[in-house]
Amino acid sequence: MTAIIHPDASVDRIGQTTPRVARRGRGLSDRGIAWLFVTPTIALLLAINIFPLIWMIRLSFTSLNLSMSYLPLRFVGLDNYADILSDEDLWVRLQTTAQFVISTVVLEMLIGFGLALLINRQFRSHSFWTTIILLPMMLSPAVVGNFWTLLFQPQIGPFNYVISLFTGIPPSSFSMTGEVALAPWTIVLVDTWMWAPYVMLICLAGLRSIPDYIYEAAEVDRASSWRQFWSITLPMALPFLMLAVLFRAIENFKMFDMVNLLTSGGPGSTTELVSITLKRAAFEKWRTGYSSALAIILFVTVFGAANIYVKALNRVKQR
Amino acid sequence: MTAAANTTAHSIVEASPRVKTVAGALVIIYAVVAILPLLWIAVTAFKSQSDAIAYPPKVIFQPTLEGYVNLFTVRTRQTPDFIAGLPPATTWYDKLVRKHDMVIAGPSKVVPRFINSLVIGFGSTFLAVLLGTLAAYAFSRFRIPLADDLLFFILSTRMMPPVAVAIPIYLMYRQLNLTDTWTGMILLYTAVNVSLAVWLLKGFIDEIPREYEEAALVDGYTRLQALRKVVLPQAVTGIAATAIFCLIFSWNEYAFAVLLTSGDAQTMPPFIPFIIGEGGQDWPAVAAATTLFVIPIVLFTILLRKHLLRGITFGAVRK
Repeated sequence: MTAIIHPDASVDRIGQTTPRVARRGRGLSDRGIAWLFVTPTIALLLAINIFPLIWMIRLSFTSLNLSMSYLPLRFVGLDNYADILSDEDLWVRLQTTAQFVISTVVLEMLIGFGLALLINRQFRSHSFWTTIILLPMMLSPAVVGNFWTLLFQPQIGPFNYVISLFTGIPPSSFSMTGEVALAPWTIVLVDTWMWAPYVMLICLAGLRSIPDYIYEAAEVDRASSWRQFWSITLPMALPFLMLAVLFRAIENFKMFDMVNLLTSGGPGSTTELVSITLKRAAFEKWRTGYSSALAIILFVTVFGAANIYVKALNRVKQR
Repeated sequence: MTAAANTTAHSIVEASPRVKTVAGALVIIYAVVAILPLLWIAVTAFKSQSDAIAYPPKVIFQPTLEGYVNLFTVRTRQTPDFIAGLPPATTWYDKLVRKHDMVIAGPSKVVPRFINSLVIGFGSTFLAVLLGTLAAYAFSRFRIPLADDLLFFILSTRMMPPVAVAIPIYLMYRQLNLTDTWTGMILLYTAVNVSLAVWLLKGFIDEIPREYEEAALVDGYTRLQALRKVVLPQAVTGIAATAIFCLIFSWNEYAFAVLLTSGDAQTMPPFIPFIIGEGGQDWPAVAAATTLFVIPIVLFTILLRKHLLRGITFGAVRK
């Protein structure tokens, strides 16, 4: 009995209630250690994330253009924000981005959840094949975008050739990355290839978290497997599915690397996601003030949407 | 009797053999189709320039190491007379290049770029894991005021689009002369990775029973000794897994690298797409670079299998 109480009591005495005096001679106090350990991380984030962010907020009220940085810094108030919100092109980019996010999330959820249901059957050698399936998501998105341009080459690439084997359409008659009608689907296709395994992994964890006895009880009640899926599997895996949606949606809203290399926003601007617009404004046109304002609008959007979503997720979890 | 019991058991927890076979076949088909693009790249690395751009795409061809030779060298085209006048080629790669009326002029930039990737990757991983372990220990073991808010703040730095973060970082680094330097990239990647490291490691350290340390404290260890001799050895697996995740992020990162480096500190991802031969991308060389770049990731994926889920969800899902 004492053996159990003793260490707890001693830790309480050392940890929370006694001031420095009692601990002198045994090195730093716990509070000292806590701050010493947390401070470097917070300091680094303040220097590399927060300070630049605040600087960017300030710049977003200026007309700074780095290609004309000899001009004096001029404050323009909310002009940049007004410009952005009334810019019709930008709304089109946001629509393109929304379409990309929604199509990829839907496809990745369907394929990922489907694969998870299959893998959960625990057939022989399933863990080997799972690892194979997981490989694409571990690769560098930029490198992926780059090598898919080879696969999609109309004549020399294998993709069109395989399509023509199945459909009879001549392989050189269409270009996955060069056609207005196809390019938006091309980026969706490559993103799904890369990230469906990610959704699969999260869904698999969800399926494995459902205890067997629930299915056993359903079996006793003679519930059909269709019924079991809708009233046990899906609701119990739902928090996991929602988490997958959250992570994928945030990531794809930020999407830059893979699409930049695969289509670089083209043809025209059919695949120009908002991150690519931002890169062009900031690092090609050098409109720093304008692009700072755009960056802040994007950040507030992601942050706000993620917060609302996490609240919904917590409600589902508690149910 | 037993047979009947077995069948029922199958239909509840374990799938019947037939269902398993079908599930297995579908998953294997998916895995094979999904892995084909990667195999195509690995194979293209062994094609000659003309085989790589042949129409229709070649599946059977004479393998050659030209792609790898082109990746590591810079060559100049010479007249056959000039080459005939040279002393005979001494190495296999000289011979290979001379067949195409070319002479090796020197090494390409791939080795320095690879070294940049290694230095920046390992440097930022080391720092992020060091800072992350300390902070995670403090968050896990001590009562820190506003701990939840701080943890959320640490995570929220990950929600900003990289292009948006790059705008103020670019301006700041220009002032501090950190653009295109190892230090600048290491600091930036550390700041990005530390959020992942804190979240993952807090999960791992939370799982180590407090009683071990408390016993050590009672035995007269100081907090720091208890951390070093009791907690860290228990957390080794978690720290290793976290380190690999940080390394993979830095290894694969493209947006910051392409916007903030141009030469001296450029890593592999922005370099690979710009491996140019005569008349456009040198596909066998690009494929060779991609293969070499991807191999470590494949090995890490196999090593990390057990912790993959935790890593990709910031520790939100644990198995």
